[in-house]
Amino acid sequence: MSIRVQREDFDPGAEIAALSAGRPDVGAVTSFVGFVRGSADCPAMTLEHYPGMTERQLAAIETEARQRWDLDGVVIIHRYGRLPVGDRIVLVAVASRHRAAAFSACEFLIDWLKTRAPFWKQEDGPDGPRWVEAKDDDNSRADRWNKTP
Amino acid sequence: MKVLYFAWLRSRIGTGMEDVTPPPDVATVGALIEWLKSRSPAHAEAFGQPGLVRAAVNQDYAAPDHAIAASDEIAFFPPVTGGMG
Repeated sequence: MSIRVQREDFDPGAEIAALSAGRPDVGAVTSFVGFVRGSADCPAMTLEHYPGMTERQLAAIETEARQRWDLDGVVIIHRYGRLPVGDRIVLVAVASRHRAAAFSACEFLIDWLKTRAPFWKQEDGPDGPRWVEAKDDDNSRADRWNKTP
Repeated sequence: MKVLYFAWLRSRIGTGMEDVTPPPDVATVGALIEWLKSRSPAHAEAFGQPGLVRAAVNQDYAAPDHAIAASDEIAFFPPVTGGMG
């Protein structure tokens, strides 16, 4: 298990390769990379988080995923601080024997991360920085996992 | 007890952390919010819309009826907006 909350960028290829290196039992690795999405009037954003609680919540989400699926490895990396458009924000990568568990666990982790990890986004804009409000869509994406065993 | 504020709650209240000593009858997260609102107009404004504020006690999410103690770390913040776009 590897959970990291950091300012620095990360190398998705290296992280994915490490999940299966020397592990002949691993049959599948899935990954998700989230980026700072561009818009006409927002060149960058700043992510604030709650040090300590962030790591604690990410660890709890990972434990939940391991209870639901048979996983051989999990990497979660989330950046904070000032991030220009196009930068990587988050990586979730999951190793398992079979693809079904790897796909499902990866999607579960990113959906839950979005609603439980204590991060707050502030976008640059023409009128100065602006706090971004949470989206109901994120909550409903996470909620549907409550209906799936 | 240690009270932390994040995102726009921090901006509006003007500090990210304060040590407070509420009276003994302030025994839940919800009661603490009501007591904090009396500390300053900025507190009252920040907590003015309870639906926009989430709480954590000792780094776990907590509902308004969650009990609190003097040794707790209690945080208030808006709904989270992490992940990606």
